Amino acid sequence: MVSLRRTPLYDIHKKYGGRIVDFHGWELPVQYEGILKEHQTVRSDVGLFDVSHMGQIWVRGPQALDFLQKTNTNDISRIGPGRAIYSHLPNDKGGVVDDLIISCFEKERYFLVVNAATLENDFAWLQKQAQGFQVQLENKSDYYGMIAVQGPKALELINADFPQVLGLPRFGAMELDVLGQPGIVTRTGYTGEEGCEFIVPAEHTPKVWEHLMSRGAALGVKPCGLGCRDTLRLEAGYLLYGSDIDMEHSSYEAGYGWVVKLDKGDFIGKAHFAKQKAEGVKRRLIGLKLMDRGVPRPGHQVSVDGKFAGILSSATFSPTLSVGIAMGYLDRPDLKPGARVAIEMHGRQIPAEVVRMPFYLSKELKNAKA
Amino acid sequence: MPKPENCRFTKTHEWVCLEGGTATVGVTDHAQREITDIVFAEPPKPGRQVKAGEACCVVESVKAAFDIYAPIAGEVVAANEALAKDAAVVNRSPQDEGWLFKLKPANPGEVNKLMDWDSYQAFLQTADAHAGH
Repeated sequence: MVSLRRTPLYDIHKKYGGRIVDFHGWELPVQYEGILKEHQTVRSDVGLFDVSHMGQIWVRGPQALDFLQKTNTNDISRIGPGRAIYSHLPNDKGGVVDDLIISCFEKERYFLVVNAATLENDFAWLQKQAQGFQVQLENKSDYYGMIAVQGPKALELINADFPQVLGLPRFGAMELDVLGQPGIVTRTGYTGEEGCEFIVPAEHTPKVWEHLMSRGAALGVKPCGLGCRDTLRLEAGYLLYGSDIDMEHSSYEAGYGWVVKLDKGDFIGKAHFAKQKAEGVKRRLIGLKLMDRGVPRPGHQVSVDGKFAGILSSATFSPTLSVGIAMGYLDRPDLKPGARVAIEMHGRQIPAEVVRMPFYLSKELKNAKA
Repeated sequence: MPKPENCRFTKTHEWVCLEGGTATVGVTDHAQREITDIVFAEPPKPGRQVKAGEACCVVESVKAAFDIYAPIAGEVVAANEALAKDAAVVNRSPQDEGWLFKLKPANPGEVNKLMDWDSYQAFLQTADAHAGH
């Protein structure tokens, strides 16, 4: 039996009544008071998430940028010091090893935040690719804890202690003193709301969490679990690695062609991506909204005109929209918003409509995108 | 509506209360807490014949779907229509307004095979109680 790992905030989760589950080998809270309440807190006020299980890798050296260009689909040269970028790590078959956020702090110093479940594999993959580059990779995942502060009142919460973070744009990144310890903050998140993520030394994480909890009490801050993290990210149309994107599915198929920059020079698997771009995809990750009551689930089958077309990769009840929402790879890339499909749920065919993703995005982020 | 003391209970955390020849069925408070936020409930349609222990109703939280089993055999004579608009009533009032369906029992004496309130309370203290939902 593999023993479960705990984040530096484990005792705090117990203190706040977190319902602990095994999440890819980590003991983390799926919820405290309830998924719906926590979801609503993040949409209307502000919530704190323990994301300490995520992986952190430093990439340093004269060829750091060259190395990242080779191992990423996105154009990492577009970010300079103080900026972060979302990207995919391609494999050599046109699939994706992981999705990640890369921050640049200096020309030769980059910081990668990767998924917990894929960390070991990512690090081994990156080390292998680093042969021949003047670059050092350092897996510092055990050294850091990580807290996401998310919601329309997130910036108001952190303003008292970290006014400099409000000066950052969306996807801005900075190194700063976090309550007496050196840390990192990025204006990023996985909820479709305004907010930021703090990365601090593991043993310092509980102090930062408790400080933010008391600082945000008047704003209605609440601890939030993995349950609402999933409903929030799905509403916002964000991919979950391992479900919506993986070694077998490309960024184009996932509808994330914007993270693939074919004009930036060579990168791993580029020929596969270029071919797909030229020929078009045979299947595509499509957003679906239920037209009847019920809760779609990952694995449910989808049919179009009575013919099997694919299965759902992510699906849930949307607390914000009060309707079932889903995404799934359908071998009908031609389907346009408004097209009708059927999802088989408990032996019945429930009608659903193809919709454009995201299903929901806060006003602040819509404006930031525009 | 039924007092818990007048109901019988299953090991899968349904309650059933027999009144005037009709058996009302729902889930216990323990079950609703384990299921967490209920966002969808689909009771069986009136007219359906169910066997004791038959999965005949689905209750879903944000995270998962749960089968609800008929505590006794009979014919479904009513389904709680209010659940279509507000499934969370099962969380708020599991043993009253959040009832799921009503049965005309095939054999009214069958309820006596189930646990009474005190036995169910004792059952909740055992490990078996947490194997179901």
